[in-house]
Formats: sequence, structure tokens, C-alpha cells
Amino acid sequence: MAESPDRGARRLPGGKPKYSIFSLLRNARSYHQDWQRAWRSPEPKKSYDAIIIGGGGHGLATAYYLAAVHRMTNIAVVEKGWLGGGNTGRNTTIIRSNYMWDESAAIYDHALKLWEGLTQDLNFNLMFSQRGVLTIAHSWHELREMSRRVHAIRLNGIDSDVLNPDQIKKLVPMINIDPSIRYPVMGGFLQRRGGTARHDAVAWGYARAADDLGVDIIQNCEVTGLRRKGNRIEGVETTKGFIKSPKVGCVVAGHCSVLGAMADVRLPIASRPLQALVSEPIKPELDTVIMSNAVHMYISQSDKGEMVLGAGVDKYNSYAQRGSFPVPEHMIAAAVEIFPILSRLRMLRHWGGIVDTCPDASPIISKTDVKGLYFNCGWGTGGFKATPGSGHVFADLIANDQPNKIAAPYALDRFQTGLLIDEHGAAGVAH
Amino acid sequence: MLLIDCPHCGPRDETEFSCGGEAHIARPLAENSITDAEFAEYLFWRDNPKGVFLERWCHDAGCRKWFNAARDTVSHAFLEIYPMGSLPKSDAGKAAYAGSWRRKTASEAAAKPSSVKGGKA
Ligand SMILES: Cc1cc2nc3c(=O)[nH]c(=O)nc-3n(C[C@H](O)[C@H](O)[C@H](O)COP(=O)(O)OP(=O)(O)OC[C@H]3O[C@@H](n4cnc5c(N)ncnc54)[C@H](O)[C@@H]3O)c2cc1C
Ligand SMILES: [Zn+2]
Repeated sequence: MAESPDRGARRLPGGKPKYSIFSLLRNARSYHQDWQRAWRSPEPKKSYDAIIIGGGGHGLATAYYLAAVHRMTNIAVVEKGWLGGGNTGRNTTIIRSNYMWDESAAIYDHALKLWEGLTQDLNFNLMFSQRGVLTIAHSWHELREMSRRVHAIRLNGIDSDVLNPDQIKKLVPMINIDPSIRYPVMGGFLQRRGGTARHDAVAWGYARAADDLGVDIIQNCEVTGLRRKGNRIEGVETTKGFIKSPKVGCVVAGHCSVLGAMADVRLPIASRPLQALVSEPIKPELDTVIMSNAVHMYISQSDKGEMVLGAGVDKYNSYAQRGSFPVPEHMIAAAVEIFPILSRLRMLRHWGGIVDTCPDASPIISKTDVKGLYFNCGWGTGGFKATPGSGHVFADLIANDQPNKIAAPYALDRFQTGLLIDEHGAAGVAH
Repeated sequence: MLLIDCPHCGPRDETEFSCGGEAHIARPLAENSITDAEFAEYLFWRDNPKGVFLERWCHDAGCRKWFNAARDTVSHAFLEIYPMGSLPKSDAGKAAYAGSWRRKTASEAAAKPSSVKGGKA
């Protein structure tokens, strides 16, 4: 586990003043003109002990745990755009750990346990809200398969309860449980510890805490090449010049194959758009998260009041960060029937992110054939929930050049041994 | 929404099609003599370029026939559509074919009939 910083102290371990009710009052007196900078924007040094490519949640979390747990502070995060501008800032923020296989339970519940104390650990309000995640079933087959899965999940010590349609109606009054609709609600299962968090805050919170420990966060700096010497990584070519480092961690989600190609590392990944949309804000109406795997729909209400809806993944490879209209249309058609009030809402924004889908719907956290080069990718449509756990175990892998027990099953060689972690069939895709 | 020019039916909406992913992946014939790592290249490793990509499509809700396409994964533009069992003819398509790392893999070499010693795989 991460060592918990001293929660009672006035300053972060690196010396930054903490955010608190007192700092809020103090800054109100100066009309909020003198707030500390959350992080520096340094020019890259010539060399670092480790470089993390990708300033999304996973990359920033990796850097934070490298500094906080492994005391590696001479490190940098190199991001081609702005922090959290990739999938971290585009996702529908569903957090849960009710996956079926033991390997998945281990990593996703590790993450969930970290989430539970993360706002305090980072001294940043992540708006983590354990409002429960309800997965609904629309056929007898799905219902039976679901109870099997619930038993497996419970055997791993992860909370899961099966609900019947009446119980669901009580929990979610806006749901339509009429059995005659196209996707009738026949039951569901609820993970009460699941919920949502504020996506940007996760990137910003990790960035601020990492910067406090001395990590250089370099934005607007694209990695254009990975320099190797024989079988060893030497550093990264960037738009700001060459930066030397004996250890490089790639955490670039949809762009992992592009980075892999720079060092002849092959991956089983297909990059696809995943789309989401939000409605105009309305009064509080939905205080839990609902997902349907059969429809590829998931919905929650943000604290601003917007209904946040996500669709399934598009069917062809793309790097365009925009998807195809028929995909959300299919999802909305079903959603409007299941939640009739949605029919009267206007949608405000619609966007896509490029997700790194893996054949077994499980991530890759791995060394490569190039010594000192590590990959953390393949989270596909569902990696936000894993952000703290992923960063924590990836930092461990980079620091020790050896995976810990949680990360070990996620090595690339599973595609040779056949020891896949097939969550496609088990957890039923989605998020 | 893409308008895809089916070689048999003409331009049709994307919803009528399904995409079969990377084209030109040949199954190793010499499967007993190659390593697990080499077989993984065939089974799991995928080309995933940012730019021109050679892929297979099927006109599911139409003629139900398969065809190949060279498509740009950033602009989504179809640069060439060509029949199954043939190679691309456009410059972009030819460059994508020759430039793919798959051409250099052991699994592709093991897919050539000449790779099979003593006749049977
Ligand atoms: C619409 C949508 C909905 C989703 N919903 C959920 C959900 O409800 N729950 C859930 O758990 N997950 C969800 N996900 C998945 C989740 O968002 C991702 O798995 C997760 O955020 C990945 O985090 P990351 O830090 O690895 O990637 P990213 O946040 O994408 O970060 C990668 C970073 O790498 C940078 N980069 C790329 N190439 C280079 C380069 N050459 N040089 C430097 N930097 C580079 C990018 O600019 C980017 O900032 C969703 C995704 C999408 C798109
Ligand atoms: Zn046709």
C-alpha cells in the first residue's frame, strides 16, 4: 500500500501549503488572487532517473507513487497536450471493482481501496462518491449469468447484491420496469462501494502531489521517438529535444501502438473511439450509476445536474477522437425507453476518446524486450476506475524492474502462454 | 457516418457493414514448428497504425461479401477498396502493405507453402 502522508500536517510532504478551509478563508481575503500554483511548468532537464510518457491519470499516478513510495524524485512526466486531455478527461467516471476473475478482482479492488482515502492522501477534492453502481440485466440468460458472476465476485470478498425489478424501481424511481419494452429490466446487481469521481481532479490532484515531491511535469511536449542502444532504452526524443533516462514508462492509452512502433514493441491493441454525451442540467434525480451491458449504455447524474451517458465502442480503428453517430443513437434509443424522462432532455455536448482495446479486455502492465522500457496500456473502455491501483503497481514494476503479485498476471507474455484474463465474457465489457 | 462503396452494391451507409480488422494476416502452415511467441504474432499481435490501415470489411446487411480496404485512421477516408485475396494497388495502399512490421514476422514466413518441410503442416 501507499504510505499515507500525514493527514494532520499543514503542508504536503514536499512543502506545498495544503488546501483547507483556512486556506480558503485566507485566500478569500485577497480576492483569490494569490493562490499557490498547483504545479510548476519546468523545462526538461537533460536526464532523469525515469520518464513517464503520458500525463493522463495513470501516468501521473505512476509518477506520484514512484516519488511517494519508491523515493524516486528525479523523474519527469512528458505529455504532448495538457494534463488529463486524453481519456482521463473524456470518460464517464464509473468506478467499481466487481469483476469476475481473481486477477481482476485483485487489481480493481486494490484501486477501489486506494480511491477510498485518496482525497485525503492527495489533499485534493476528487469528489469521490460511492453512490453505488447498478448493472441491469435484460434477459433470462443475462440474469442467470449475472447471479453466477455475483457469487464469484463475493468469493473474492467484493460486495455485490442481486436486486429484483421492484427493488430496482425503489432505488431508481425514474426507471421503467414495464416488461414489454425492447430491453426489459429483469433484475440487476449492485456494488454499493462503486460510484464516480471528478475526472479532471484526479489528474490535477496527482499532478500537484507529484510536483510537490519534485517530479517535473512537462506539458506540450510530444515524444517522437524512443532511443535504444541495442536492447536497452536510452531515452526519449521529444519536441523539446532528447531526454536521457534508463527507465521509460509508456502510459499513452490509445496511442500505445504508435509508441510501441518507435521501439519495435508489438502489442495486441486496437485503438477505437468510445463516445459519451451529457444533457442539460436538471434537478437531482438519479443518485446511483446504472449500466447495461446488453445495450452498451451507462448513465449517471453529475453534481452539476447533467445526465452523463456513455455508449459502446465504435467498430473500426480510429485515432480521430470522434466517433460515428449510429453508435450513440443505438444507445439513446434504448435509454429513452428505459428512462422515459430522458426523451425531454436536450443533449449539450458529445465527444469521443481513443481507447486501447485488448483481446481479453484486460490491461497490459509489463516489461518489454527492450530493457528499461515498460508499458501500461490496454485499459480500453474501463481504466479510469483503476487509476490509483494501476499507477501504484506500475510504479512498483518500474522501480524494482519486477512486477508485484497484482501486476504479474498482466504481463505481455500472457498472449504466448495463453493465460488470458478474459473479462470480455466474464464481466461483460462496458465499464 | 461513413458512406462505404461496396464493390458489389455501390455506396451504402456504414451501419450496413461490419469491420473485420487487419487484412493480410496469413495463418502459419508450419504451426508445429514455430514457437508460441511466433504463433502469438498471428493470433494476437495487431497492426494498429495512425494513418493508412489495410483492413477487411463485410457488407453484412447487403450482399454479405467481404472486401479489403485501405483507410486512413485519422481522417477515416477510404483510399482504396480492393477484392479479397489481392493486394492494394494505390501508392498509399502499397506503402502501407510494404511498411507493416508483419511482413518481417516469422509467422508470416511460416505461412508460405515453402515453409512446410516434408509436405504436410
Ligand atoms: C467516452 C469514454 C468513457 C469512458 N468511461 C469510463 C468509465 O466510466 N469508467 C472507467 O473506468 N473508464 C472509462 N473510460 C476509460 C478510461 O477513460 C481510460 O481507460 C483511462 O482514463 C486511461 O487513462 P490513461 O491515463 O491511461 O490515458 P489518457 O488519459 O488517455 O492519457 C494518455 C496521455 O498520453 C498522451 N500522449 C499520447 N501520445 C503521446 C506522445 N507521443 N507523447 C507524449 N504524450 C502522449 C495523451 O495526450 C494523453 O494525455 C472511458 C473512456 C472514454 C473515452
Ligand atoms: Zn454489398
